[in-house]
Amino acid sequence: MGFLDRTARSFLLAELVSGMALTLRYFFRPKVTINYPYEKGPISPRFKGEHALRRYPNGEERCIACKLCEAICPAQAITIEAEPRADGSRRTTRYDIDMTKCIYCGLCEEACPVDAIVEGPNFEFSTETREELMYNKDKLIANGDRWEAEIAARLKADAPYR
Amino acid sequence: MTAEVEIKSHTMNFGPQHPAAHGVLRLVLELNGEVVERADPHIGLLHRGTEKLIEYKTYMQAVPYFDRLDYVAPMCQEHTFALATEKLLGITAPPRGQYIRVLFAEISRILNHILNITTYAIDVGAITPALWGFEEREKLMEFHEAACGARLHANYFRPGGVAKDLPAGLAEQIMKWAEGFPRFVDDIEGLLTENRIFKQRTVDIGVISLADAHAWGFSGPCLRASGAAWDLRKAEPYDAYAEMDFDIPIGKHGDCYDRYLVRIAEMRESVKIIRQAIEKMPGGPVKVNDRKISPPPRAEMKRSMEALIHHFKLYTEGYHVPAGETYTATEAPKGEFAVYLIADGSNKPYRCKIRAPAFAHLQAMDFLSRGHMLADAVAIIGSLDIVFGEIDR
Repeated sequence: MGFLDRTARSFLLAELVSGMALTLRYFFRPKVTINYPYEKGPISPRFKGEHALRRYPNGEERCIACKLCEAICPAQAITIEAEPRADGSRRTTRYDIDMTKCIYCGLCEEACPVDAIVEGPNFEFSTETREELMYNKDKLIANGDRWEAEIAARLKADAPYR
Repeated sequence: MTAEVEIKSHTMNFGPQHPAAHGVLRLVLELNGEVVERADPHIGLLHRGTEKLIEYKTYMQAVPYFDRLDYVAPMCQEHTFALATEKLLGITAPPRGQYIRVLFAEISRILNHILNITTYAIDVGAITPALWGFEEREKLMEFHEAACGARLHANYFRPGGVAKDLPAGLAEQIMKWAEGFPRFVDDIEGLLTENRIFKQRTVDIGVISLADAHAWGFSGPCLRASGAAWDLRKAEPYDAYAEMDFDIPIGKHGDCYDRYLVRIAEMRESVKIIRQAIEKMPGGPVKVNDRKISPPPRAEMKRSMEALIHHFKLYTEGYHVPAGETYTATEAPKGEFAVYLIADGSNKPYRCKIRAPAFAHLQAMDFLSRGHMLADAVAIIGSLDIVFGEIDR
């Protein structure tokens, strides 16, 4: 009986037909693809994207040049130089991130005691030249100003877990 | 009158940029007509010096390097390093941390097996499973991203637990996904398991007996396909695996088809583990409450001077691990992934030797493919499940 069954299945191309029927069923299902530049997949508040340096609400930059992010960075992508300002406060004179070295591990954000350096929600920062990926302080601060609303909302949403 | 023509065997480069070579494998094949006479894998094209780099990184900085070994299942590698460091430190992660690690290790296993099975199907001529499989992978990547913030390079399992607790609602989402996933495995099986073309390409190809598999250092699904019920999750349970109820699927013939079947069955077992891990997951902390090893919560760090000092100390100097050595192995999706870690009492490992399962599998390539056709070499590479991140390190 088993032999007859096997032979009949083999000659009738049973497994090929059932496979085709399966693909046909999938053909009529709703599409799962998204139209990328216009539609995007969801990202969580923890997403580790492009870096940004934030400011306090009064416009003062947060970074105090403690260099914890420089120390923890496994790829040694961060370079900081600092000296006291005229008002006596300690601030960076240079804050560079080599985005081609960065491995997006998020340890700089974890290390920062004043929430100054963060990895924001932006993942669309491709450039046409390598030089454009050597971020300096101006670029990072500009990023912070541009994304502040999103970054603040993300930090608030993730605060209970940090 | 016919002249006798002797066709000499010729040598062919398979890769390093061959689409079926699964990464940057350069396989030098000596062919007699279309029959493989010798297969000589040349490795090292993706060498990044991970082991040496880790000697110059603190234990916390070393974790992201493990993501980049087997980049198809990143969290399983972190798991091994976290366990090895914990063993040297003499600590264990709190129960909730252990359950989260088991949960994500199994998600990683499914990520790996989906990629392997579907790309393997491409290698032998079926494109549809990959189109469906990557949809499921996408869902799993979103769970990854919700937990750790990165779709691939997680940096999530830390010595002493995990970086952050699961966000609210994620466990329910994973549970909902786990309800539907077995049906997806049924669909993939409906396309492949009985398909005559798939079977012609895989049954009795690359057969390895149990004795040979042991001799070549096989582990994981490749060893189980040859008939050994050897699984480190059962043999030496780590983290919360001792409390999980699951079976070890084994094959009987040790051919490419059995390796495929074992992986399919393992995905079903992984779903079982995921559901148990979520159902049994206890509350409480996710990392050890020792400020010398795991950083304080941010709210505490901003209030307490002592916590701030701990925070600065951890993120600059790191923690010192007492002198000692350990060989810690876990059941990664590809087999026994192990870290041999020597600590000299400083804040950096003295030596970190990585035992990559795919390295042992690749060395059997010559043994497995000798006498097979050229096209079978592709099927054999696919069934061994090799990833060059961990082979070249």
